Order: sequence, then structure tokens, then C-alpha cells
Amino acid sequence: MKSIFYYLIFPGFIFSATIGLLAGWFDRKLTARLQWRMGPPWHQNFTDILKLLGKEVIVPQGTKLTFLLSPYLGLIAAVLVSTSLGRSIISPLESFGGDLIVIFYLLAIPAVALIIGASSSRNPLASVGVSREIKLLLAYELPLILSIITIVIKCKGALQIGQIIQQQMIFGSNVFSFSGALAFIVAIFCMQAKLGIGLFDIAEADQEIMGGTLIEYSGLPLAIFKLTKAVMLYTVPLFIIILFLGKDLGPIFLIAKYLMLLVIMTLIKNTNPRLRIDQVLRFFWRIPTILGVIAVILAIFGK
Amino acid sequence: MSHKIIVPIGPYHPLQEEPEYFQLYVDGEKVVDLDIIIGYNHRGIEKLSESKHFDQIPYLVERICGICSSSHPYAYCLAVENILGTEAMLVPERALYIRTIIDELQRIHSHLLWLGLAGHFIGYNTVWMWAWKYREPVLDCFEMVTGNRNNYAMFKVGGVRRDIKDEDIPILKKMLDDLIPAADLFRGAIMDDPVIKSRLKDVGLLTRQQAIDWCVVGPTARASGVNIDIRRDEPYGAIDRLDWKVILEKEGDIFCKTVVRILELYESISIIRQSLDKLPKNAPIDAEVKDIPGGEGIGRVEAPRGECFHYIKSDGTNRPIRHKIRSPSFMNVASDKVSAVGGTISDATLTLAAVDPCYCCTERVAVINKVDNRKVMNGWDLIKLCQEKTLKLKATLSES
Repeated sequence: MKSIFYYLIFPGFIFSATIGLLAGWFDRKLTARLQWRMGPPWHQNFTDILKLLGKEVIVPQGTKLTFLLSPYLGLIAAVLVSTSLGRSIISPLESFGGDLIVIFYLLAIPAVALIIGASSSRNPLASVGVSREIKLLLAYELPLILSIITIVIKCKGALQIGQIIQQQMIFGSNVFSFSGALAFIVAIFCMQAKLGIGLFDIAEADQEIMGGTLIEYSGLPLAIFKLTKAVMLYTVPLFIIILFLGKDLGPIFLIAKYLMLLVIMTLIKNTNPRLRIDQVLRFFWRIPTILGVIAVILAIFGK
Repeated sequence: MSHKIIVPIGPYHPLQEEPEYFQLYVDGEKVVDLDIIIGYNHRGIEKLSESKHFDQIPYLVERICGICSSSHPYAYCLAVENILGTEAMLVPERALYIRTIIDELQRIHSHLLWLGLAGHFIGYNTVWMWAWKYREPVLDCFEMVTGNRNNYAMFKVGGVRRDIKDEDIPILKKMLDDLIPAADLFRGAIMDDPVIKSRLKDVGLLTRQQAIDWCVVGPTARASGVNIDIRRDEPYGAIDRLDWKVILEKEGDIFCKTVVRILELYESISIIRQSLDKLPKNAPIDAEVKDIPGGEGIGRVEAPRGECFHYIKSDGTNRPIRHKIRSPSFMNVASDKVSAVGGTISDATLTLAAVDPCYCCTERVAVINKVDNRKVMNGWDLIKLCQEKTLKLKATLSES
């Protein structure tokens, strides 16, 4: 019973989706204010989801099963991550050793789910979106792994989220060192690519391929994808906070750090145009990857 | 073997607000071929025009396009005045200046609109919102001077319909003063931003020779180094008495097209300022035109997108018997065929938007043949149609 409560309500699905949707509203409101607009009311994202639930579900001919199941795959993976991260903050050593690796893999599942679902829709625009999503995944995974390795080395080989948090409680946040700061910058870029916003809003690219991967989705499955996005918007920054800013994780500090990351993301999003996919590949494999390698080397020498 | 798929842009697509259809033949992300299909919004303006009398037509033609809604009536008025003589002979001095002011104000608002849309297309929505915010005072000035934000109803054969009041002039000047920092802002934000440069530089290239071959006009041609501008080549209004220069860029990529439009903002602001200073005081704003004699006339105006051409044939009654319009986008859109092919899909969508296409003035009729499914008239069919029509006209003229 207890674990059902953890997964479904707190800190799992309901809680993370609510926070994610509110964060999405915060992003929209801040964007609107930067663009001299009013912006939506706070409940706008909830209303959107509610409205989508009442809409007709249109399924393209062909592989119905994967098309309808893949949204749930993505959502389940995202909720698993948010639950285990949340539990790690509340009681650090409850989890098993090596959950960092599991979480890293689970974080890639929503993108994979999107790829499976979109490619089963057999839409040419969706297929372009899929190829972009795959390239994006290839681009940011390596630098993200490097920045995580930096943290693992800095925390004396700890592969458990709880251990990483405890290490930082004793020795201070990882970001306040040369290697940690470098890895943090890399992780911020990877975070944006993972969330597909701003510079890296390539797989959906409204003006180019009309929503790309999501083009054939409607009604409930679309709402599930939107919820997955919301959960990810809560989970990925939380993951970064735990890895890099893990010293004080009390509610007020946590909210402050989360808002800081959100503001950074929104500002980068609103002061840059979207990149082209080949530019993204070139960017990630040059700058963040090299920075990540430098961070790893620095971490080995204890900087 | 590579597998070619068609990526449709249109007939309804978030990229463009109007119905049009670009078929991108893509190989992966690369665009290998492009088909342009227009004709979803044909309204028969030319035919309608033949059923209206000369004073009604300006209202009709300014509804061809909401963005260039002073260029079309201006070109029409020039064409009718061309039958009567010339614009400079006929139209009073003050009206010439007012015509120039309205025309250049329209250029400012149109270029700001395009700038915003271009920002939107590269996913830079902040530029979009900011450009449209700074466009708003221009529209307010239009509303103050003409009574409308768009479709100004200012032009009539022989002059203008409304005067610019003396008390409005300081407000106009203040708006122009406020616009300079905004233009500086965009010049800085777009011309110096490395990310924007990486998206726009060397993308959608249209060389000088290609620009000439595909007959592009306006800023699209000037960005490729083709030195054409109707305002200088065949001056109208008060433009030849003012000090301004034609903006020219060489490379022909999207970045140059953006630069040309941004720099033209400054020229337009300067033109309006000079016109407001030189505006003759207490002078008439229109000459009375009673009868339009038989004959032909053409009017050419540099619309924000390029040369706008109107041809009028009159037989001495109060209606034209032929009204031919050639709008700039019709020439510019075709050049996508060379500039968009070879790039990626992301670049192609940008290239399609970079000529500032405006389909409502571009629409042409497609004749559908029920027997062999669908047939679009080719150039020769249209020439034959024109010749038949001319013969018919000659017959009716000789009868009367």
C-alpha cells in the first residue's frame, strides 16, 4: 500500500505532475512577461490537460498498439524517476546501490517512447521529427554521461543517489569546485536538450514540421505526452539539483534552487532562436563533450 | 537507394497564415526538389474591377492585401493618372507628399511585421513579440491620420482623400523618433547575434544571376545585389525631391535579406521626416478629375515586397475595360525553387518565408478540365486567352 502511495501520489505521479504543470505555467508566464504579453492564468496547463482528456482520439491506420501504448511507457518511466528521486531526498539510504545508473537509463525512456509512438504513426512529418529526436538523443547523452561520471568520481565512486546527497552534505555542493562547475554547465545544456525547449526545440519545431513527433496524437494519448513533459520538467532539474547542488535539500532551498534552474532555462529559451539539427550535433560533440572530458580529468586530480 | 518522401508545407501550415502548398521532396533532412502550388484563394479581383467605376476601384484593390494596402491603390491611381497625363502634372504638391508619407509608413509597418515573423520562424518568439510591439505605434499613427489601421482608403485618382492635420505632425515625428531606438535594437539583436547568424548566413542562397533569371523584385532582389528600386528608377510621389539611398547587399542569403529590410527601415523613417518638413502649408490635396478618356496606362510602385504593377485600359466610359495586376510576391515566390533546394527542411521553411510571401496578392486561376482530371493553364494558354480577349475588345471598341 505504502509503495502505491509513493508511486501514485507523493512523491510520484500526482505530486510531480502538479509541480511540473505549475513549473510549465511559470515558464509560460515569465516568457509572456519578457515578450510584453500578459500570459495565461496559473491553472492554464491543468485546463489544457483536462480539455485534451475530453477530446476524440484519432488513431492513424496501421500499428495501433504501439501508437497507443508508447505514451504510457514514457509516463511510467518519468514517474519512476520522480518517485525514486523524491524518496532519495526524504530518506537517502532507502534505495539500492547503483540506482543512479537506473535513473539515467529511465530518463532516456520518454524520448524513446516518443520515437516509438511517432514512428508508428507513419506520418512523413513525424518521421522527420523522429529522426531529429534520435539525433538529439545521440547528441546530448554523451556529455550528460561525462558530467555524471564527474560527480561519481567526486563523490568517491558513489553510484547511489543517497550516497551522493550524503557526500555533499558533508563536503559541500559539487558545483563549488572547478570540475563540478564545468560539469554543471554541461548538464544545464543537456537538461534543455532533454526537455526539448528553446535552442533544442527541434523534434517538435512547430514552424518547420508542425509538432513533428506529436503531429498524429490527439486526445488522451496527447494529454499523456503533455503530462510526461510536465513530469520531466520537474524531474530533470531535480536530478541536476541532487547531483550538483545537493548540500541543502530542505523545502525552501529546494524550491529556490529549482526556480533558479527554471529561470535560467526560460532566459536561454527566450534569447535564442532554435538551432538546426546538424548544428546541435556539432555543438554537443564539440563544446560540452570537451568540457565534460576536462571536468572528468579535473575530478580525477581532485580539483 | 535513397528513399524520397514528400514533406507537405500547406495548404494549412503554421509557417504561413495563408493557404498555399509547397511540396518538399526530401531525402532524410535534405530538400532535393520543390513544387509550388498556389491558387487556393483566387478572388477574381481583376474581373470585379471591370464592373466598378474608377472611384470605387481603389477600395477594391487595397483589399488585395492587408499589408501592402497602400501600394495597390497607389499603383492603380498612377495607372489612371497615366491615361490622363502624369502624376506630377495632375496631383497637387501637398498630395504628392502625403502619398509618399503613407507609402513609406506602410513600408515600415510591413518590414517590422516581416521581421517579427522571421523571428517566429526561427523559433525566436521574443523577436516576434517585440517587433510587433514596436509596429503598434505605426498602426496607431495610421489610425490617427487615415482612420484605419489597415486598408487606409487614402488614395483617389487626382490626389488623396484625407489631409494630414498640422496638429498630427508632431505626433508622427515623435513616433518616428521612438522608432529609431527600436530599429537600433533589432539591428543589434539580429546582426550581431552569433546564433542567429549561424541560422541565417549562407542559407537560402540566391545569386545575382539567379535573381535576374527568376525575375525577383524588391528587397529579395536587392539582397542579391540586383540594383532595382522603382522609387529611384521611375520616381513617383515626392520621392525624387528627397534625400535617400537604395540599400544593396551582395550575398543573397537570408541574412542579407534581413539586413536590407532593417536598413530600409532607417531610410523610410528619413523619407517621412523630410516629407513632413517639406509638406506645403494650406495647399489643396486633390485635383478634380471628371472624365477618364479612352486609352491605356500603367502604374508602378515599389511595394514593401517589390514592384507592384497595375495596367488600366479605358474606353472612355466610367469603368475600365481591362485591369491587370502583377504583384511582387508572384515573382518572388517562384525563386524558392532555386534557393530552397539543397538545404535542410529547417532552412527550407526559412527560405520560403524569407521572400516575405504574401499569397493573397499572388493567387491565379487554375482551370480544371473534367475529362483528363486536372489541367493548369500554362503560359501559352494564357497568352492565347489574352489574345482572344484583346480581339474581343477590339471588336467591341470598333462597334462603339
